[in-house]
Amino acid sequence: MNPYLAGTLLGLVLLSSMYIAGRGLGASGGLKYCVVSIVGAVSKPHAEKSEYYSKYFEDEQKPLFNWLTMIIFGVLTGGFISGAVSGRLKFKIEKSPNISNVRRLIFAFAGGMLFVYGGQLARGCTSGAALSGMAVLSLAGFVTMMAIFGSAYFFAWFFRKNWI
Amino acid sequence: MGPFTSAAGFPVWLDLLIAIIIGIGFGFSLEQAGFSSSRKLAGMFYGYDTTVLKVFFTAAIVALVGSQFLSYFGLLNLNLVFVNEYYVTSAIVGGVIMGLGFIMGGFCPGTGVCAMSIGKIDALFYVLGGLTGAFLFAETYPLIRPFAEDAYRGPVKVNEVLGLSPGVFTLLLIVAAVAMFWVAEIAEKKFARPEITDKI
Repeated sequence: MNPYLAGTLLGLVLLSSMYIAGRGLGASGGLKYCVVSIVGAVSKPHAEKSEYYSKYFEDEQKPLFNWLTMIIFGVLTGGFISGAVSGRLKFKIEKSPNISNVRRLIFAFAGGMLFVYGGQLARGCTSGAALSGMAVLSLAGFVTMMAIFGSAYFFAWFFRKNWI
Repeated sequence: MGPFTSAAGFPVWLDLLIAIIIGIGFGFSLEQAGFSSSRKLAGMFYGYDTTVLKVFFTAAIVALVGSQFLSYFGLLNLNLVFVNEYYVTSAIVGGVIMGLGFIMGGFCPGTGVCAMSIGKIDALFYVLGGLTGAFLFAETYPLIRPFAEDAYRGPVKVNEVLGLSPGVFTLLLIVAAVAMFWVAEIAEKKFARPEITDKI
């Protein structure tokens, strides 16, 4: 789809979320709630003792049935529908021909780990902090957006072999 | 007048159903934008594909202008819409870590989940890494808490800091975005990599 058209569509989805629910879009938060649920299922005493996890288990809360995890479930569904409509459903490792599959997968894992760690620190990732933040004129959103893109440009030279 | 869910006290199941529907729209738009391809996303940082910039700023401006119109016509109370709180240190340091993760992994969390949904195996590893990152954050939280809560400024708005009305700031942002789109179109020609863009 034309990028400006896809951007308009994404903007209307974000606007609907703000209008209906009074909140923006978010992705890393849903991953956090998945982890909180897993930790709670594996070791409830550890979760209840921890200053981080315990707040998610107060008042019999179920961290898996939460706004942000439902967004993740929706993204999986919506992405799949779009991929099916546009004929892009395919098992594939996408990478530069200059690197091996193993290297791509290791970098993908490390990148995801860093991104979500940084996203937790900044209280939102590209969608929750940067995009949704900018749409409500939040200074934090603009600063986070500039930090993400500035840093990626700065580090791009070191990882160019992975992509070009 | 919106937003509805907080005021109307929707039952939990309806709240979650709305979240799923919004999530479907979110995933659909990301995938249609081409964000299920890491090499397309990474192209932003080498100039051969600037879709990220175009989609990102178009979306932000549509939501920004749309919400201000809804507020102007009395349909949306913007005071009830969540504004991200500004913790100076963690916004900057978190953003820098995210940028590094972006160029290493080729996705951000939303696009990673979206790419996983159409069968990208690298995206699956990205999301598994993301879950690990969230786990590590939770486990190291007691250590980094003073740092994470440093320099708290509250839900500050960028236009207020600059002494501008929301409307004037939005207009300036639109002008800046159009200038960036123009530069982006030039960059795509200058740094063109047909051998990559033909495949993605």
